[in-house]
Amino acid sequence: MRRIISILLLGIVALGIILTLVKIPFGVSKTKVGKYYIDKGVEETGVTNIVTSVVVNYRGFDTLGEVTVLFIAALGLGAVLSTRKKKVKRKVEPASLILYTGCRFLFPLILLFGVYIFIHGHLTPGGGFQGGAIVASAFLLIYLGSRERRIGERGTKAIESLGGLIFVVVGLAGLVISGYFLRNFLPKGIPNLLFSGGIIPIIYIAIGFKVGSELAGIIDNLGGAVSRLS
Amino acid sequence: MIYYLGAFGLIFIGLYIVLVKHNLIKVIIGLSILNTGINLFLISIGFVKKGTAPIFSHPGLKAIRMVDPVPQALVLTAIVIGVAVLALALSLAIRLYQHYGTLNLRKIREQKW
Amino acid sequence: MIFVTLLVLVMLASAISACVFRDLLNALIASCLVSLIASILFYFLQAPDVAMAEAAIGAALTTAIFIIAIRRTKRYEEDEKNN
Repeated sequence: MRRIISILLLGIVALGIILTLVKIPFGVSKTKVGKYYIDKGVEETGVTNIVTSVVVNYRGFDTLGEVTVLFIAALGLGAVLSTRKKKVKRKVEPASLILYTGCRFLFPLILLFGVYIFIHGHLTPGGGFQGGAIVASAFLLIYLGSRERRIGERGTKAIESLGGLIFVVVGLAGLVISGYFLRNFLPKGIPNLLFSGGIIPIIYIAIGFKVGSELAGIIDNLGGAVSRLS
Repeated sequence: MIYYLGAFGLIFIGLYIVLVKHNLIKVIIGLSILNTGINLFLISIGFVKKGTAPIFSHPGLKAIRMVDPVPQALVLTAIVIGVAVLALALSLAIRLYQHYGTLNLRKIREQKW
Repeated sequence: MIFVTLLVLVMLASAISACVFRDLLNALIASCLVSLIASILFYFLQAPDVAMAEAAIGAALTTAIFIIAIRRTKRYEEDEKNN
């Protein structure tokens, strides 16, 4: 009975989605605002990656809210999983030699690649969110390779708070210096150079550190408790 | 057009898993598939035929046909938030398993309908 | 175009198999394949930023988080008849 009701409901939803989809043409430029960003983006922000200029500059306040959502989700995960039990001495089976050596070899390379991605976020594809995810996957490799070592909880929390603080402080500096929040008050420089775009690279590097430490903290919270229980 | 079809299929399968399946982890896998489908749908709305990515990779490049950057910026943050919310849901599932000893939604008290 | 059609078909097939499998680890690997193919489709749709994020997060981090969660709970889905 329940299954029939569910499938009936699903059919209604699918009909609605299909009726919406046939009205939307594929492959045609639809919005004016996207065209404005493409035409004026480079001269207004000094950044050659338009997606970065939309994320950090035109919709920077939106991004601040999203980063806050990320922070609250990580905090909630820590609160849900925290136990009052005493930490038992963990007897973990060490990883095999091949896995350990491979992880030790790959860890600095992946870390370097992640940092490269978020430093060059305003020139090439990439940026703080992607670079942070790559850095977090490097820490996942540590969790696989050498299990007795844990990612320090205090360190991730400190880096995360520092990243958020830099974002807010740079925004408030724009408010103080030239009138509104997240205003690009530094000189824009020449496009296609590393030092260009004013505050955009600074904010994106802060986002990179924040996202990377947050995702690494999530892995540590979820995985650290495994060995405590089993 | 095939992209719309793929996105619609993913949304449909994800909703089916969420509505019909009983296992909590399976439901969360369904949410993840639904999330991917919606992201694919948003990106394919912004696509322009024969367009290039919205990046001026060398100085003399003229913007003749470029895809819409706004949906890409939205989806970029949506993916990262999606993984954090998924982790929160999984931690709640782990807690429920420790408390009730089962992942079956029908057997967990106060969850029947 | 044929290549894209093939990719979309494989993606839908792995999504359906994620729905069907009883073993949660198998279902998880199928949903990981969905994310991976979605990231290739993002690249064809001229969105390299999104493709990078999806490949790093959808295919690596999500799978790892799910594996940890399955390890702390149960691996097999129960039969739906006895309830």
